[in-house]
Amino acid sequence: MNEQNQHGEAEQQGHQEEHEHHIVSPLVYLAIVGVLLVGTALTVWASFIDLGPWNPVIALGIACTKATLVVLFFMHVKYSTKLTKLTVIAGLFTFMALIGMTLTDYISRAWGRW
Amino acid sequence: MSDSPAIAHGAPTEAEHSHGEHPAYQRHHFETVEQQADATNFAMWLFLLTEIMFFGGLFCAYLIFRNWYYPAFVAASHQLNVGWGTANTAVLITSSFTMAMGVWCAEMRKKSGLVLSLVLTFVLGLVFLGIKTIEYHEKWEKHHIPGLHYSMQNFTNPQSDPDTYNEYHDKPMALDMARHTELYFFLYFAMTGMHAVHMIIGIAILGFMIFRARAGAYTTGHVTFVENFGLYWHFVDIIWIFLFPLLYLISRHQ
Repeated sequence: MNEQNQHGEAEQQGHQEEHEHHIVSPLVYLAIVGVLLVGTALTVWASFIDLGPWNPVIALGIACTKATLVVLFFMHVKYSTKLTKLTVIAGLFTFMALIGMTLTDYISRAWGRW
Repeated sequence: MSDSPAIAHGAPTEAEHSHGEHPAYQRHHFETVEQQADATNFAMWLFLLTEIMFFGGLFCAYLIFRNWYYPAFVAASHQLNVGWGTANTAVLITSSFTMAMGVWCAEMRKKSGLVLSLVLTFVLGLVFLGIKTIEYHEKWEKHHIPGLHYSMQNFTNPQSDPDTYNEYHDKPMALDMARHTELYFFLYFAMTGMHAVHMIIGIAILGFMIFRARAGAYTTGHVTFVENFGLYWHFVDIIWIFLFPLLYLISRHQ
């Protein structure tokens, strides 16, 4: 399915880089759902320990890891076209930029007046 | 994969359709089935980006208000039941798995497997909403739904709510801070409510898909609809993956 020469020929013919439909194996899905459930148990367990300011950091860290696994494997982005990958990254970047700018505004509004 | 390499290699296993003609599901404004699939996939992701921005606004509001009214948000989040939240997270993650298996079954043209996967996803979605209903009902009983009947008694006098008090030993809050607990619950209902609306829409589409799948609609090589619905379902899962720690977990020790 993923033979190099097939790709090579397709490119030689001047096609844009076309993407084969990659079928993700159920074993991969099973492994991912296992990791996701363990991650859920882990984040609940961590929330019962008093880590002060680290509690939210760890909770969000685990959530980001879980979300990344879902995006890469369940949503097939790992096997998707560059266009899809770029779209996902552009979306995350725009989201972070908007959150970042909003927070910058709120942090700096009363700057020096506290 | 384009047709020509398959011919060159004489690899009929990969030739899903007869060469020279195109399958019935290929629209005429696309050159190839692959191009059609890529374009549809791209469109679905663009839709999901708008969804990220939509939920992102709510997350941003939560972040800012939690920092402004920190004690109120901490005390109010103690009202959520971590057990139900954990159960729902597990249910939703499992439903994402069954959905992913559905996509696999469609790709492998396994009709009964696809129907079973979709039915399981459908049922798990309903279980999630059922648990959410139990949680909402508790908020209703405790007058924690923002509006005319909202009561901050549990926050100005924490001992009026023995279960929560025995677990967290919250101190009584002054009125001007206690009233901001209503904002926490407003955001709680806005965020989990919009998430639930997405679940309801998803479940409705799943119901439609189960009927179509039974008629063999998605197991003829044209899996775009199942695949893109999968993207939607996993996206809704991701939203919950963030809602759960932010609403239920991060304020347990404050």
